[in-house]
Amino acid sequence: MLLIPCPYCGPRPELEFAYGGEAHRPRPADPAALSDEAWAAFLYERANPKGRHRERWRHVHGCGQFFNVLRDTVTDAILAAYPVGAPPQELNAGRERQERGA
Amino acid sequence: MTRPHFSFLSLLRQAFLGEKALAPHWPARPPKPAYDVIIIGGGGHGLATAYYLAALHGVRNVAVLERGWIGGGNTGRNTTIIRSNYLMEESEALYEHAVRLWEDLSQTLNYNVMYSPRGVLMLAHTDHDEHVFKRHVHANRLAGIDNEWLSLAEAKAYCPPLNTGPDLRYPVRGAALQRRGGVARHDAVAWGYARAAAALGVDIIQNCEVTAIRRGADGAVSGVETSRGPIAAKKIGVVAAGHTSVVMAMAGVRMPLESYPLQALVSEPVKPIFPCVVMSNTIHAYISQSDKGELVIGAGTDSYVSYSQRGGIHIITEALAAICELFPIFRRMRMLRSWGGIVDVTPDRSPIIGLTPVPGLFVNCGWGTGGFKATPGSGHVFAHTIATGTPHPIAAPFALSRFREGRFIDEAAAAAVAH
Repeated sequence: MLLIPCPYCGPRPELEFAYGGEAHRPRPADPAALSDEAWAAFLYERANPKGRHRERWRHVHGCGQFFNVLRDTVTDAILAAYPVGAPPQELNAGRERQERGA
Repeated sequence: MTRPHFSFLSLLRQAFLGEKALAPHWPARPPKPAYDVIIIGGGGHGLATAYYLAALHGVRNVAVLERGWIGGGNTGRNTTIIRSNYLMEESEALYEHAVRLWEDLSQTLNYNVMYSPRGVLMLAHTDHDEHVFKRHVHANRLAGIDNEWLSLAEAKAYCPPLNTGPDLRYPVRGAALQRRGGVARHDAVAWGYARAAAALGVDIIQNCEVTAIRRGADGAVSGVETSRGPIAAKKIGVVAAGHTSVVMAMAGVRMPLESYPLQALVSEPVKPIFPCVVMSNTIHAYISQSDKGELVIGAGTDSYVSYSQRGGIHIITEALAAICELFPIFRRMRMLRSWGGIVDVTPDRSPIIGLTPVPGLFVNCGWGTGGFKATPGSGHVFAHTIATGTPHPIAAPFALSRFREGRFIDEAAAAAVAH
């Protein structure tokens, strides 16, 4: 089970949270103008990376807040947690910390 | 290519010879510089594809490239359940196609895959379950697929260990039974297809990781880079299950897939006690007993994308809680092993089989939490698709383009399967 560092409440067990999928996917400003390909890509295509993944979580059984997490999908190590609206975390963030085994 | 034919007499002879004369099931050949078709992924689906390409379409200059060892991914990590009681017509056709191939697969491959149609019992715990399963029974009946509704007493008679009492948190109310459903031996499926394909000239190349997909000036694929050097091919079939997004990204194709860990576990072996396969979607657990005697128990997926091949302990704890409720006789049993496989899940929980935007590149993926049952059918229709360049009629509805066109095959909403 993951120990997720909620930016508002601190580290809490995964069971208190709901996963919200890939983060930083802004809704197209003018959906009607999109081609079918672009609309399908927005709705269904995902990066699904083997490695660093920026993803949304919600502390449903806590403060109720949405926030974003940078996690490595191979080790499941959580490298950063940051509020919604903050710029996307660099994929390299926390790499030193992880390599030190912290 | 000599391949000993397995029969009662040949096995008896081997027993007296101390099995010294047993030949390897397939030769370990180094990769050739070029093939007509490269299959990326040596699981059941990839090996079946290679076998049917060689056996039915005369395409024998084929290589199956496997990063690890064949059958070492989800083929060796699932709970081996076979059934075809899906709701949607497209799914019914696809999975029933597979079940029909399962029925004589051991004879076709001359390899005992231990297909055992012992019946798959799907438990209904709520009013909603009962409606949904009865709808499935009727839909299947119209499609000529066996599936029947059992009353509580009938379910108890079919599966005596089942707790049908009123003391469960979600008491069992009845069940849908597909008698032709069952299980098979997962490793034997990989080995049987590999052996039969190799006998027809297919190269099974293990410990060979694909690192890049090469494309020519016209955009079409021209081959792959691997950890064992470059290999050329005009046609490439990607059958990489949980790693499909990673492999397809090498060709610049983004997929409507997310990869999740799906867990299963086995108990210590005991004498035969459990006669069939039981699945419960509502309290989420499934169970059967292997011929070795272990109880094989399936749990759920984690909620988040991961390639870690292990999942959260709370996922298997919940599955075991459900098993203990349904089968109190197993409460004191110890579990021996648990493991995770990485399953690639599509938005509509149906697979993707067919052509891609890249000429010469074909994909067979998105089987999610239930791909093992489809192995023969999947390989059969995908081989046709690669050999002819046009989708097999059964595979056609499962094209990648369905997401653009909105033609979902929405088994997620049908909730026939434990997602």
